[in-house]
Amino acid sequence: MDSQQAKGIAPSEGSPGAKGTVHMTDERCKGCSYCVVFCPTGALAMGGRINRKGYHLPELVHPDKCNGCDMCGLYCPDFAIFGVRTNRKKTDGEP
Amino acid sequence: MKADPKAVDTGIHFIDGNEACAEGAIAAGCRFVSGYPITPSTEIVEHLAKRFPKIGGLFIQMEDEIASSIAFQGAIWGGQKSMSVSSGPGISLQMEHVGLAAMTETPCVFVNVQRGGPSTGLPTLPAQQDVMQARWGSHGDYEVIALAPNSPQECFNRIITAFDYSEKYRAPVFFLMDECVGHMLGKVKIPPADQIELVERKMTTRKPGEYLPYRIYDGDVPEMTRAGLGHNVHITGLTHDERGYPAMNAETQDVLVRRLCNKILHHVDEISIYDASQVEGSDVTVISYGMTARVAAYAVETARGQGIKVGNVRLVTLWPFNDKLIRDIVDNSKAIIVAEMNLGQMVHEVERAARDKVPVHLLGNAGGAIIPPEAFIAKIKEVVS
Amino acid sequence: MSDAPRNPVEKLLRTERMPHIWCPGCGIGTSVNCFARAIEQADIPYDKLHVVSGIGCSGRVAGYVNVDSFHTTHGRAIAFATGLSLSRPSAKVVVYSGDGDLFAIGGNHFIHAARRNIDMTVICINNFTYGMTGGQVTPTTPLTAKASTSPYGNFEDSFNLPNLAEACGAVYVARWTIYHVRQLTRAMTKALSTKGFSFLEVLAPCPTLYQRRNKLGDGVAMVQFFKDHSTIKNGASTSEVGLGFQSDMIVGEFVDRQRPTFMDNYNARMKEVLGDSFVPFEGIK
Repeated sequence: MDSQQAKGIAPSEGSPGAKGTVHMTDERCKGCSYCVVFCPTGALAMGGRINRKGYHLPELVHPDKCNGCDMCGLYCPDFAIFGVRTNRKKTDGEP
Repeated sequence: MKADPKAVDTGIHFIDGNEACAEGAIAAGCRFVSGYPITPSTEIVEHLAKRFPKIGGLFIQMEDEIASSIAFQGAIWGGQKSMSVSSGPGISLQMEHVGLAAMTETPCVFVNVQRGGPSTGLPTLPAQQDVMQARWGSHGDYEVIALAPNSPQECFNRIITAFDYSEKYRAPVFFLMDECVGHMLGKVKIPPADQIELVERKMTTRKPGEYLPYRIYDGDVPEMTRAGLGHNVHITGLTHDERGYPAMNAETQDVLVRRLCNKILHHVDEISIYDASQVEGSDVTVISYGMTARVAAYAVETARGQGIKVGNVRLVTLWPFNDKLIRDIVDNSKAIIVAEMNLGQMVHEVERAARDKVPVHLLGNAGGAIIPPEAFIAKIKEVVS
Repeated sequence: MSDAPRNPVEKLLRTERMPHIWCPGCGIGTSVNCFARAIEQADIPYDKLHVVSGIGCSGRVAGYVNVDSFHTTHGRAIAFATGLSLSRPSAKVVVYSGDGDLFAIGGNHFIHAARRNIDMTVICINNFTYGMTGGQVTPTTPLTAKASTSPYGNFEDSFNLPNLAEACGAVYVARWTIYHVRQLTRAMTKALSTKGFSFLEVLAPCPTLYQRRNKLGDGVAMVQFFKDHSTIKNGASTSEVGLGFQSDMIVGEFVDRQRPTFMDNYNARMKEVLGDSFVPFEGIK
């Protein structure tokens, strides 16, 4: 159960100035990269981290760009990643 | 639990077996039926289509027999008591859902008014050719219960037994009528509702979070729930663990399938219904069921009148098969005749249980007509000499 | 329970069954994200929501959602759901299944449930193939696309699902792709809030089987294709929304109308004919 606990993946749970951040349950991820490709602000990238099954995991490489819109959460087919708003101001990323 | 007085049509009626079956189902508390027209069972659903709107029931004529055989299971998981009704080719189409009911432990009744087969066969003429199909028709190992009535009154009484068994054992129960019994007119006495005792569904009283749909809390049948009680159960035809979750491995399969079989096989004595007369010391015993048992009764009486010692056994419960009953017959009679409107189905079970200790003879036909009394008497004389 | 942020889909999931069995890049999980949000937006309590699936990859949805859920037999989810819906009039019954399950083996049940206007929502994940059994041709595989049982390219015409649904009587019909997550969520919300037979076609990638065999790249490539080749046309005539192999596609909300449901018609007719002797079927509340 522990491995299914979502964790913040950005340094210190997101950038202090950012409007949002993302959380990740590593063991569910299958590395499809939907979250990276469809992030409206380009905040994510596939990184070097891998999970127990060997899938490469996304990383919040530009924490300042994350607005917590949760498009990553909507796209993620594995229920592994999701975004949350931290400092409020609504900017929906709509495809 | 008693039957609903607002629905039971108490009184003396002159009706056929099909209508009696429908009235019995109503008395048993059945309020949802999915069916599809097929001879010779159609009058059952026709009667229900007329009666249900007046007693708060719902009949839906589905698009085919396959749909009929699963729509009612949806209704049962929604909390209803229900049955599906068909014959011959329709029953062949429904077999997958007999397996689903066995696997998901859905308490349900499949009525089969048997006609001659294979294929389209003899839609309007009787047969007892679906006995083995009822037992083995769906793939995989499982057990069913099957009852064979032999009169309109029994169609009424025993369909209630069929519902009771389905609730008690959470298993599919076949009601194996045949064209003759279905279309036979006779006196049917429907008692007052307060004289009709029903077996209640074993619903769980456990709260969400404290209940697993396939855990055995006591006995050998799991407690049931239905959709909407907050238990958030998952019900699947896949091999599943006690949470109801799919588990694709031999261990789970072994535990589950053995339990599905044993919950029936360990209760053969309670489930088995039969009539037996003058078996002890007889030279031959006739075993029959359904319509054939009516002819057997007449033929046996006639033979007895001619001084032949004949035992008579009528099976009402066909499945699970009562081996012990056959062993008793073997110990008390010198030979057995199994009479059935097929080319030999139940006779194999009898032979197996008799273990070659006495000769077992078949008196059968290929369906399409009852076996006449003369054939019985001739067979009895042949075996005795 | 920690007060850590929770994935909005989490509440709907049987989390102890995660990770799920779907392949990397499979679109089914994405549709479940939309479904979870739509249930919230439609304000349906979980004990009034029942999910029924048939067999196949999409058929596994029932096993992952933490509501009363039924994983039935191949093709028969709608027939099971018909009985369940009629006996649970206060609940919303959702059939979640795939194109092969719903439209090949299950086609008869689809057309009749739509005709009867049974109160249910049917969500079809259309990934153009039978995934679970290894990528065989389905009634929605586009012409010329390869499948394991059409190794030289499909030569059968495929179904135009929205057109079929409309012709059969569905009261709400929409098509979106896995790219259109927000619109799909809204369409699901609307379908869940609509009384009667509603139908959603969800075009989804199957990278492992359909795409690999047809050299269409990975999941992202397909979703990108959906993005680049789809045109939103709400109210489009369903006769114009057929799909070809890697053709442009029209997406949107196509049908939104009202018709009395099966039970509406039943009750009205019986009341009219039987008067006071009619006792309505209440089901179990």
